[in-house]
Amino acid sequence: MYLKSKYIPIIVTITLFLIMFVAGSFLYTGFFSLQVLLNLFVDNAFLLITAVGMSFVILSGGIDLSVGSMIALTTMVSASLIQQQGWSPAIVIPLVLVMGALFGSGMGAIIHYFKIQPFIVTLAGMFLARGLCYVISIDTITIDNAFYTTVAQTKITLPGGSFISISAIIALIVTAAAIFIAHYTRFGRNVYALGGNEQSALLMGLPVARTKVLVYTFSGFCSALAGVVFTFYMLSGYGLHAVGFELDTIAAVVIGGILLTGGVGYVLGTFFGVLIQGVIQTLISFDGTLSSWWTKIVIGLLLFVFILFQRILSERRAVLKQ
Amino acid sequence: MKTIYKHHLFWPLCVLAALMLFNFIYSPDFFSITLQNGHLYGSLIDILNFGAPLILVAIGMTLVVATRGIDLSVGSIVAISGAISCLSISKASDQNMLSLILLSVLMSVGLSLILGIWNGVLVSAVGIQPIIATLILMVAGRGIAQLITGGQIITVTSEKYSYIGSGSLATLPFSIFVVATVLLIAALLTRKTALGMFIESVGCNPVASLMSGIRAHSVIISVYMFCGLCAGIAGLLLSSNVSSADGNNAGLWYELDAILAVVIGGTSLNGGRFYLLGTVVGALIIQTLTTTIYMIGVPPEITLVVKAFVVLMVCLVQSPAFRSAIALRWKTRHYPGEKEISRHVS
Repeated sequence: MYLKSKYIPIIVTITLFLIMFVAGSFLYTGFFSLQVLLNLFVDNAFLLITAVGMSFVILSGGIDLSVGSMIALTTMVSASLIQQQGWSPAIVIPLVLVMGALFGSGMGAIIHYFKIQPFIVTLAGMFLARGLCYVISIDTITIDNAFYTTVAQTKITLPGGSFISISAIIALIVTAAAIFIAHYTRFGRNVYALGGNEQSALLMGLPVARTKVLVYTFSGFCSALAGVVFTFYMLSGYGLHAVGFELDTIAAVVIGGILLTGGVGYVLGTFFGVLIQGVIQTLISFDGTLSSWWTKIVIGLLLFVFILFQRILSERRAVLKQ
Repeated sequence: MKTIYKHHLFWPLCVLAALMLFNFIYSPDFFSITLQNGHLYGSLIDILNFGAPLILVAIGMTLVVATRGIDLSVGSIVAISGAISCLSISKASDQNMLSLILLSVLMSVGLSLILGIWNGVLVSAVGIQPIIATLILMVAGRGIAQLITGGQIITVTSEKYSYIGSGSLATLPFSIFVVATVLLIAALLTRKTALGMFIESVGCNPVASLMSGIRAHSVIISVYMFCGLCAGIAGLLLSSNVSSADGNNAGLWYELDAILAVVIGGTSLNGGRFYLLGTVVGALIIQTLTTTIYMIGVPPEITLVVKAFVVLMVCLVQSPAFRSAIALRWKTRHYPGEKEISRHVS
């Protein structure tokens, strides 16, 4: 029973997702189909990618508030380079990915070497990225580049007639890669060790500095990639894209059962956390009578329940250890 | 001389003075104040008037930060409080009834107190990290505000209500008096009673203060309650100033500005000490900065970039690691003992 307790949060998350999906299928006609399930990935691809990056940050005991602004900055930079400067997407996409990674590693370096709370540094990063969007332009830049419109409209048909978008596939690949990195590589173990106890990790001789900077680099890279996917989704660059998105991301990670104090949880949980948010939105849109702001309230409530639950679990574990 | 230099208000006031000097050089009538129809007009009055909600929220935030907490939900509380009072006023047939205004103001204040208590209970009794505990209300609160307003902007046409945010008393905007009252009460309670020391001691070490007989839980709850109250009053000021409530945008980014004001004012985010006056100066710096940027004619959106650099610089200066890194460059002739220790410790 003791050994199993670490799986309880993720089992609860998965069960909750299944219950919601099954309940939706009983309540609304047309809900129970593969397409509805696939649409969860299609519509939440960017959330999934960002949340995966955020999982690593939170597992390492930090937090990254700059992700939403980073997405906006990526859409803005890509849109202005492609639309106004006429650059090729083949150059622009790698460029923005590198930009995101550099931005993240810069924040990570400040957090580690100057020992400032991650909350404040990434808050400054958030202001900076959002502000840079407006320096580029305060208006929406629409993208009509052939490559972007093609990617946006491509539907990969699966057997059975349902389809999935390229963005969704990118998101699934990122998730799979992240699960591999988190659980089967040295870097992943370092992240867990760092989140468990930074002091012990250091005394054990783990490369704390490198791990910490890399974690934020990865998160920056993920949010830039999410920005690219978001650009496919919106086909425009705008400084107000993804406002408040960092909170959705943190909510997804928490609902997925990753402990906010760091060191405990699974990337797979985040995956289901994103799906739960997607299902809530789908349920509300299927219902039709509920207004969309109920989404926020329900997500807030779920956050509350999960945090409370984690709290009780971690307390019980502390008692058991004694 | 050294005591002046070492005073915690020295650097914030220097920054404020530098900003004002810049404004004065840029537009010489910056300091001019004119009297028209019994009201004082001028840039300085505007800064105080428009800065009033931010100052209020930041005062509440200061006490929360002093207990090593943080309250992210203030922006949402601002929105909820404005929405509730505007909704109840807009439903009435006679919007100028004094009892109605008082009742709706009381309702807003009461609700924001309850929301503050909710945050405090989550932090102290349940023991959730403050960032996360208040994140719940930040996410859900915006939804609640939108639910109250029905996703619309509620407008009211009540002169008595708009007096709170845009009326004037003794030639000065009424909002300034509201802020002054709250500041005075907070300063008296924390500096003339033992409460301030309790708050600081809880911020240093909640367990130790509990063992020395301080009710850490009730201190934390009351601090969040006060923060909620301040945010609620700020919501009243904001919504009555524009005579409308907007569930979507009212109080957006307020939590960040308030935290910035607190940090600029010299209150450390690690808790354990706080400076109410410093916070007020910090909030005034932010408001003056915004005014300056508007005045120069730079797109106001660039405020964010400037703010980012201000946050970063303030935090870097506060960080002991950064200061010692700088200091070590000057002290090369001494044996760098600190470096030797820090290599093993950090």
